[in-house]
Amino acid sequence: MARDAIRRDEPRRRGLGRRLVIGAPYLWLGAFFALPVLIVFKIALSYPELAQPPYAPTFDLAGGWEAFVAFLGELSFDNFAFIVSDDLYVAALGSSLRIAASSTLILLLVGYPIAYAMAKASPSLRGILVAAVILPFWTSFLIRVYAWIGILRPEGLLNGFLMAIGVIDQPLTILNTEIAVHIGIVYTYLPFMVLPLYATLERMDDTLIEAAQDLGSTPLKAFWTITVPLSWPGIVAGSLLCFIPAVGEFVIPDLLGGSDTLMIGRILWSEFFSNRDWPLASAVAIVMLVVLVVPIVLFREAEARRLEESR
Amino acid sequence: MPVVDKSSRAIGAVRQSFAPWNDASARPLIRFEGVTKRFSDAVAVDDVSLDVYENEFFCLLGPSGCGKSTLMRMLAGFEEPSGGRILLGGEDLAGVPPYERPVNMMFQSYALFPHMSVEKNVAFGLKQEGLPKDVIAVRVAEMLKLVQMQRFAARKPHQLSGGQRQRVALARALAKRPKVLLLDEPLAALDKKLREETQFELMDIQIELGTTFLMVTHDQEEAMTMADRIAVMDSGRLVQVATPGEIYEQPRNRFVADFVGDVNILEGAVAAREPSGLWRIAAPGALGPLMVDDPDERLDPGQAVAVAVRPEKMTVTRERPEGPNAFEGEVWDIGYLGDWTVYRIRLDDGRILRVTRANTTRFVERPIDLEERVHIGFLPDAAVILSS
Amino acid sequence: MRGRLSPFNVVSLTLGFAFLYIPILILILYSFNASRLVSVWGGFSTQWYFALLQNQPLLDAAWVTVRVAFVTAILATVLGTMAAISLTRYGRFRGRALFTGMVYAPMVMPEVITGLSLLLLFVSIDLDRGFWTVTLAHVTFTMCFVTVVVQARLVAFDRSLEEAAMDLGATPWRTFVSVTLPVIAPAVLAGFLLAFTLSLDDLVIASFTSGPGATTLPMRIYSSVRLGVTPEINAASTILIALVTIGVIVAALVTKRSVLMRQAG
Repeated sequence: MARDAIRRDEPRRRGLGRRLVIGAPYLWLGAFFALPVLIVFKIALSYPELAQPPYAPTFDLAGGWEAFVAFLGELSFDNFAFIVSDDLYVAALGSSLRIAASSTLILLLVGYPIAYAMAKASPSLRGILVAAVILPFWTSFLIRVYAWIGILRPEGLLNGFLMAIGVIDQPLTILNTEIAVHIGIVYTYLPFMVLPLYATLERMDDTLIEAAQDLGSTPLKAFWTITVPLSWPGIVAGSLLCFIPAVGEFVIPDLLGGSDTLMIGRILWSEFFSNRDWPLASAVAIVMLVVLVVPIVLFREAEARRLEESR
Repeated sequence: MPVVDKSSRAIGAVRQSFAPWNDASARPLIRFEGVTKRFSDAVAVDDVSLDVYENEFFCLLGPSGCGKSTLMRMLAGFEEPSGGRILLGGEDLAGVPPYERPVNMMFQSYALFPHMSVEKNVAFGLKQEGLPKDVIAVRVAEMLKLVQMQRFAARKPHQLSGGQRQRVALARALAKRPKVLLLDEPLAALDKKLREETQFELMDIQIELGTTFLMVTHDQEEAMTMADRIAVMDSGRLVQVATPGEIYEQPRNRFVADFVGDVNILEGAVAAREPSGLWRIAAPGALGPLMVDDPDERLDPGQAVAVAVRPEKMTVTRERPEGPNAFEGEVWDIGYLGDWTVYRIRLDDGRILRVTRANTTRFVERPIDLEERVHIGFLPDAAVILSS
Repeated sequence: MRGRLSPFNVVSLTLGFAFLYIPILILILYSFNASRLVSVWGGFSTQWYFALLQNQPLLDAAWVTVRVAFVTAILATVLGTMAAISLTRYGRFRGRALFTGMVYAPMVMPEVITGLSLLLLFVSIDLDRGFWTVTLAHVTFTMCFVTVVVQARLVAFDRSLEEAAMDLGATPWRTFVSVTLPVIAPAVLAGFLLAFTLSLDDLVIASFTSGPGATTLPMRIYSSVRLGVTPEINAASTILIALVTIGVIVAALVTKRSVLMRQAG
């Protein structure tokens, strides 16, 4: 009886409101996220042209099926062949992945002790610390990168400070090197690493550590056998949250890296804005997406699981 | 009323053959010496001195916040005493970190490592000792057999029921063969039926292994069932340390009488000591003076005292019972529990006394009904005088 | 164990927060530098703030940015909250997996790809680039952050509150307005502020999707920064930091007050 009543109620609940609530964001993301990505795929298969838009072939719906077939015939994989054959792109992709990976590792090493200490603080202090980690994130990313230019320049504050205390007598060249890029990434992405780590560490049951110590493991051993494995979801989420955008980073290598700091986001930017080669820029974007698709899927899974667990 | 030779009487129903605490030559395994623990704003444990003997099943009983858990955590090494000493086998534990103490704890939340299988959880402590793999495997199998969890060795904690988790926690804590097993409210997370079964299982395991068990609980029934001796704590202090029988039948003060079991407290003043050795107490509301058989010798005439009588040691009758110790009142509530019937009887001055009666027969002729006038009585040796 | 910080913990926190805050403090300090040379301290001065007032292109860009951010935040909050409700309250529906993917992917998607793809969309549908294209682009990538923030709150939400409201005869819409929304309000507000700030902050996506007359403040700052460090930019940055800090503190107080009120009531 009750079951019947529930069933009868179902169609009413799947009414207009439900359709609107699901439909509106769904359509929006479909139109402005999924469709554009498909367009990137299509244009990556085109070739550049001095026209508006600056690529060919263009696709005209009015031409019907035959025009579509002709359009398909004109598409080519030349851009991809070019990217693969040219050392520049392969090297840029390689160094992007390398810089992103090493920065993520540094972020983990810097972020973990901070997140760990935050989780151990008293509840009232914890709230303040979380706010203090988030606050820099709210201030402009560009400004935070810019701040480092003044610090890292040869005549900048860091060199001035180090020379004043007598550690060095010649200014170090840090700006316009990969070191500066690493510093910039670690600095701007730190909240993204600390917060997921903190979230898992804060939820952790203290008695597990007590139990481990009670069973004879030293605090350091308990940290490695209990704390680290249990904070694994936070480590994964934080690392991916930093690694994925860092691979495609443009502003940091552009402002802090030298002309020899090759990163794929920068290549895409210059192909697009300087060379106006939209199809090649699109092909670079596709390559980047293909490289990142696995970490992106992993991130999605990790987030979904994290949300499920906090239920 | 004949005077009974007190030395031949046993307190409570259980005969105590195991009683190292009465043996002056026995050396305690655990000794708390004037242990005090102050947190920033409060004294959690206040000058506690206590001996626990080998093979004993010892229980710290008290309401939440009485300091019993803190006392146990100091023995485990999670808290350092602010004053006093804790000795284990004669050795001072001060400064010994928890991971080097030969005691293991079963946590109230069980604290099973969620990322490890049952087997790995039980093996954890042994691995820390650096024992060879085959020794660990044998010991783990042995422990899982002890708690009947062999079939679940490969499961993760979240795949187990509450009772199964409890067993794994027990096996894990026992695997290292600790000198003392600490149990922090070990049964609190189980439902009533399972809790009762597990109580006896724990007792069997304790007897089988001969390990000293130190349990913390707020559940007096649990403490009474399982412990050899109970220490009742209140506001950081030890109130009474005794066997369950003594705690129940000879509570030291009102707190103990009230906390362990149900009790009727009758206020009064000492009138005199009878030649028979009974104390005569003037109690307002009673039909005549109360006569109480209490070994306490140091009561002064005129002193205010409380007479404590357990509900099952009182009788409820229509006619006034013979002898002293009688009250009259009206039946206010009757609670039928199957094995017992509970009567709440309202005296004329408004006080309510609680009397229980065992239902030894299936049918009662003319049962006592609500609103009837009845008499309450009890024998002189059913009552205890509480001076404080 | 909680609330007891070891010396190592204290050192971690001190160094961590020094690292996070010293660069910003230096930036602010040097906005008051009288000297044009950024590395030399020439005494206290507010001249660069006055110079900013004369810089019409910068002021125009700031105005564009605030308008974009405001419209973005409103749209993103509405759409993001809807998406969060879809994901937490409607169980399984057709295309849910794709939907979840589209919610999480834009958060980590490199900005250059998001920007490029949206630009290509606008070009292929022949949409003139300007205020609205930037806003559309910003709504798309900020709404996902709103969704995540609101979703976390909805997941933690005691469902029986909503069930009680329905049981007492409230329609789904009334239930949402009178029970759900008040409880998730702090998260919705946080989402709004997050969307606003992200939009305010964005350089890359705006560079791709903006057109003539819709140059945003980050775009302006970026083009001057490429030419070198100037105290004027420090001053502009300081103003931005101050605005955001005040906003965050106000938001924190508002949410805290609503939490307190809820606890009291």
